[in-house]
Amino acid sequence: MTNPINKILLLGSGALKIGEAGEFDYSGSQAIKALKEEGKYVVLVNPNIATVQTDKDLADKVYLLPVNPYFVEQIIKKEKPEGIMLGFGGQTALNCGLELNRLGILKKYNVQVLGTQVDSINKTEDRELFVKELQKIKVRTPKSIAVRNVKAGVKAAKEIGYPVILRAGFTLGGLGSGFANNEKEISKALNEAFSYSPQVLIEEDLRGWKEIEYEVVRDSADNCITVCNMENFDPLGVHTGESIVIAPSQTLSNAEYHQLRDISIKTIRHFKILGECNIQFALNPHSISETGEFDYRVIEVNARLSRSSALASKVTGYPLAYIAAKLGLGYKLTELENSITKKTYSCFEPALDYVALKIPRWDLAKFPRVEEEIGSKMKSVGEVMAIGRSFPEVLQKAIRMLQVGKFGLVLNKSKTQTIKEDIITPTPRRLFAIARALRDGYTVDEIHEMSKIDKWFLYQIANIDNFRKDTISKEEITADFLLEAKQLGYSDKQIGVLAGSDEDEIRNIRKSLGVMPVFKQIDTLAAEYPAETNYLYSTYHGNVSDIEETPERDEKKIMVLGSGPYKIGSSVEFDWCCVTTAKYLKKLGYKVVMVNYNPETVSTDYDICDKLYFEELSLERVLDIYEFEKPLGVIIAMGGQIPNNLALKLHENNVWILGTSPHSIDKCEDRNKFSSILDRLEIDQPVWQELADLKQAKKFSNKIGYPVLIRPSYVLSGTAMKVCNNDRSLQEYIKEHAQISKDFPVVISKFEEGAKEIEIDGVGQNGELIIYAISEHVENAGVHSGDATLAIPPQKLYFETVHQVKRITKAIVKELKITGPFNIQFLAKENRVKVIECNLRASRSFPFISKATNYNFIDFAVRSILGHDIHGDYKTLDLDHIVVKAPQFSFSRLSGADPILGVEMSSTGEVACFGESMEEAFLKSLLSTGFRLPKKNILVTLGDIEDKVEFLDSARKLNEMGFTIYATTNTHNTLKEYKVKSRLVYKINEKKNPNILTMLEKKQFDLVINTQSMKHEHKSMRDGYIMRRKAIDYNIPLINNLKIAVLFVNSIYKYKIEDLEIKSMDEY
Amino acid sequence: MNEKKKVYLRLANGKIFAGYSFGKYGNTDGEVVFTTGMTGYPESLTDPSYSGQILVFTYPLIGNYGIPEFKRDDTAKSVQDNFESGRISVRGMIISNYSSDYSHFDAAYSLDTWLKDNDIPGIYGIDTRELTKTLRTTGVMLGRITTEIEEGELNVVDPNETNIAAEVGVQEPVVYLPQKKNSKKKILLIDCGVKNNIIRNFLSRDAEVIRVPAGFDPLDSQYEFGGIFVSNGPGDPKMCTSTIENLRNSFDLNVPIFGICLGSQILGLSAGADTYKLKFGHRSQNQPCIEVGGHCYITSQNHGYAVDTKTLPEDWEEWFINNNDGTNEGVKHKSKPFFAVQFHPESSPGPNDTGWLFDRFLDLI
Repeated sequence: MTNPINKILLLGSGALKIGEAGEFDYSGSQAIKALKEEGKYVVLVNPNIATVQTDKDLADKVYLLPVNPYFVEQIIKKEKPEGIMLGFGGQTALNCGLELNRLGILKKYNVQVLGTQVDSINKTEDRELFVKELQKIKVRTPKSIAVRNVKAGVKAAKEIGYPVILRAGFTLGGLGSGFANNEKEISKALNEAFSYSPQVLIEEDLRGWKEIEYEVVRDSADNCITVCNMENFDPLGVHTGESIVIAPSQTLSNAEYHQLRDISIKTIRHFKILGECNIQFALNPHSISETGEFDYRVIEVNARLSRSSALASKVTGYPLAYIAAKLGLGYKLTELENSITKKTYSCFEPALDYVALKIPRWDLAKFPRVEEEIGSKMKSVGEVMAIGRSFPEVLQKAIRMLQVGKFGLVLNKSKTQTIKEDIITPTPRRLFAIARALRDGYTVDEIHEMSKIDKWFLYQIANIDNFRKDTISKEEITADFLLEAKQLGYSDKQIGVLAGSDEDEIRNIRKSLGVMPVFKQIDTLAAEYPAETNYLYSTYHGNVSDIEETPERDEKKIMVLGSGPYKIGSSVEFDWCCVTTAKYLKKLGYKVVMVNYNPETVSTDYDICDKLYFEELSLERVLDIYEFEKPLGVIIAMGGQIPNNLALKLHENNVWILGTSPHSIDKCEDRNKFSSILDRLEIDQPVWQELADLKQAKKFSNKIGYPVLIRPSYVLSGTAMKVCNNDRSLQEYIKEHAQISKDFPVVISKFEEGAKEIEIDGVGQNGELIIYAISEHVENAGVHSGDATLAIPPQKLYFETVHQVKRITKAIVKELKITGPFNIQFLAKENRVKVIECNLRASRSFPFISKATNYNFIDFAVRSILGHDIHGDYKTLDLDHIVVKAPQFSFSRLSGADPILGVEMSSTGEVACFGESMEEAFLKSLLSTGFRLPKKNILVTLGDIEDKVEFLDSARKLNEMGFTIYATTNTHNTLKEYKVKSRLVYKINEKKNPNILTMLEKKQFDLVINTQSMKHEHKSMRDGYIMRRKAIDYNIPLINNLKIAVLFVNSIYKYKIEDLEIKSMDEY
Repeated sequence: MNEKKKVYLRLANGKIFAGYSFGKYGNTDGEVVFTTGMTGYPESLTDPSYSGQILVFTYPLIGNYGIPEFKRDDTAKSVQDNFESGRISVRGMIISNYSSDYSHFDAAYSLDTWLKDNDIPGIYGIDTRELTKTLRTTGVMLGRITTEIEEGELNVVDPNETNIAAEVGVQEPVVYLPQKKNSKKKILLIDCGVKNNIIRNFLSRDAEVIRVPAGFDPLDSQYEFGGIFVSNGPGDPKMCTSTIENLRNSFDLNVPIFGICLGSQILGLSAGADTYKLKFGHRSQNQPCIEVGGHCYITSQNHGYAVDTKTLPEDWEEWFINNNDGTNEGVKHKSKPFFAVQFHPESSPGPNDTGWLFDRFLDLI
């Protein structure tokens, strides 16, 4: 019997953030699909405009509003859903659901929770209850004591014995968790943890134990299955989201595997999970316990879809989110068809005849001062998954997939310097340090001692390294040699390095020797039944492909290259572009071949396209697939920079690139070529020059005048771009972080202060501008466009500026003969418009402008590329509403990172909300990023005098609204001078009371508004850093840009939360 | 391991797969079957039901955790830990990747060493997925692992044409006592190639096990017993003529009867039903079986034959059904305590979800 209710509210996860990323677009989209198949009416709440799930053809109603109890209650009041699903929007949705229940809102409006019930969720989320429940069924958990204050925490640690682990309840991705070796460390960690959670657990330290996970599914008839198990390469101590993970487990015997499986099922039955959940174990690698069992602990249970479950779905082909949604409606596993075989049912456990390896993608270099060590907190921003038939094969594939400039595990250009330290203390470099250590003569036993990584993994790595020991000339290359290299995961490029040759030449030799990969299907049953879907991977461990090679060019087949791993600057928005491209291509009657390898995406769902190659986006592999599939051509314009960078090389290898010519792309990517085009078209651009020595660099900078923007071509450490204000900072930056020479020149350009930034996104066809949308940055230029707050239609632009932007755009579209999507960024100051960047591909704002204007720009781009007539009159400037996009930062995850805005992007996600006015849309967006409105005390410290003066009016408004402003000496004096009330608070280094530091620590501020001086970058920089960092560490909202501060004050001045309209996307 | 040595798998349909040798370098032949289980190669390789067969592992990485300490026992009496019998039952082993370096606290030697010590040939470097698809489409076939490709016809004796079950079980009765003395429950276990874990399951439930040869007649027993158990085992059930006959005669004793796998087929044949050969069998650890009117269980399986449900006499009924292909997974008598399952509740390797069947049987005694 399935549930008779009709209208269902689904909670999304909001913006992408560290610990909660694209996997929830995947799970939400799957859930909607499952519910729509049953004819249910689905209402979705999710402010993440760049997701597939917020497309209007999925759910019946989409609310781009914050996922918090206030807004969800309003939506419930309006929509009157009968049921709600909490398990598909990560911890955000789960926590919101628990709150809704606690506040009695679900009961009040008679909304039934579908799937796992709140009582069960509570038992898995509340650590104390969790441990108690597991004791009832004699399931072991780590020795642990729950505490609610610092003193009790210190006492508990003493009782258990150092070192101990801290875990905060009710948080996502290990926020507020950590290790402590002594009393001093634990006091500090407890203080921090209690700012996130009312309860902290102190636990025994099990570092070095194996970490194993199971994905478990249970239906209403109590049928229970484990869909997948996974083993962490990194032993316990590294958060599973930060670990390299392989599926299935590799080092477990049958007895170990099934003991843990039995416990999984017993636990899940006890908690009465309905749907999907994840259970994590620690397993003692050395011995059997006194009871004759393998010694284990259950670490945690996630009673919802999770990052791991998304990974498990991609690993096995078992659609966990889809199944979980159906089970939530009351279906039984035995009634649901296996969507891959279409012959068997969903009540089974997939058998794999391949292995899948996940490696997290970090972007720590983007964050000045961040701690590099990885541990119990998540810091990674994305992940990749490689599928193959041996560990070396998937390991080297996955490393290349990370797109961090590595050719594989070995034979890379850069060398690890600090081998021992990097093996002992996990950082993103550990894997490479292990390879390097083996090279330097360390034994597997020694490396195991240092890292506790299971020797099996280390032996496998040693196999990769051993192979490269014999150098070979290219004439000596045999088929056997190549096959062995390939089976160990070596790329043509690596073999090129080994044989003193290059990628192209090795490819030719390889093809002439007939050493080619085969393509195999993922079928959930290890070939026991035929598969009806084309979910494919390549391997060199095989002789025959599962599918036939296409004999001749298929004019109705198009290959789409995906966007690779999520990282700072490239995430779910590009996946949206790719998925949308596939949808429209299919609508137009084309077969779609998708290539991507990011397990957190919708594009890697095998039902999005006709054939999914879960494969590398490298020249080598794309050519392999292209030659095997023989499509009409390849679309590279949708997946961001990774496919864009392949355009020219693919073109040179006789691949037909659909859309704008690769030569035009090259002209755009090459700074010199693009600059001369602009000059020829008489389009203004900031002055710039490439410089090869420091003296020249200083000379040029002085000529154009500081501040200047510097971009080195070789970065030693830290971020790639930097604004410098004087000779000294220029010199210091180059010396410490970059190189300057003929081989590695730096590019210096004039940094325009006080300029507005404008973006245009559009679609061209044969050099003609077809459709465009203009959006405006709230922040002034200097804040990376990915971190900027965008408004569409623009609110503060002169008619003349818009006119110029259009004129320039038309000229560029014509010159570069653009056919397809593009994005141009402009600076505008007093009606002078300069071009700063141009991309001949879809940009990160495409989903935003498409949903804001109600014209799907990808639809236009696809039809443009295919040569359809798309001329028309499209109104994108004159909208009846305003949409504001706001960035989501994840600084709380990145210990030590300085939360400032600059020329390097640091946000991890975005949200966008509709409104009647700029202020309304902005406020909704801000709230959607988790921002809490201040109640009383606001700390204001502003950098330059210009900032202080510009803020005066806002400060007055704050006073008028009854807020108390706390200000540091200079800001306080300026405010006083203009008769604005504020209370003086001393800077940290002034060591006087009331002091900022103590007030922050006591959480006496509800909001911190801090801007830094552009001119005096050294003075009081440390103070500013500590203040900003403390605000983040103590979970106090921070506004770090003046334009945003002013807009924020105006917004709360104009709107109370009750004034914000509850309207779905289609009501605008 | 030594130098790579090429070896071949030759199938009855003429197909040849080339790979490299591990274990014993030499020839072997048998029925080529595949298992999709992802763990438990020591258990599978010693499972007597694989006697006469060359086993293909679809899971591509084998040998990772080595082999625990092993005591060879050709009398089939052994119930040592970690293994399902005292000898390697398969005639040969076919895999994709072999891990020569292993890692596990319980490991005593590598899989390669163990196979060599027990004279069992293995091949690695085979496209096991392609091989499995071949077996799936044409059905299981006879084949030979060979160091040289010989000319002429492939001459392999079909192990299913002999009563192989009678050969692999004990030849003389053996009695096992549980730790708890004076057990009141005594099981007559008819050994057609029983797995150790079945014996362990009885012993851990405080039952005494009297393990007797496949041809043993319960009506003629010198031992007292409260229930009859018919074990798993290799080959075609119809070859087990005396076991079938003896069991049929035992119905009159009115003691509970429980069978597993081959035991289920034998019970079916004793009841008067028919059995048939499946195209490529069920050898895996993920088979969903629905208890008629009840739960679905994930089960471990290893069988090439099945009871034909349609031929069950009136007083018998289908007990379990395979959720994937609808084949019979268990039979029981409508009024008497006679029942059997096609899958392996003792697992090892595989999931332990149906261990309760041992309790059910013992509760009746």
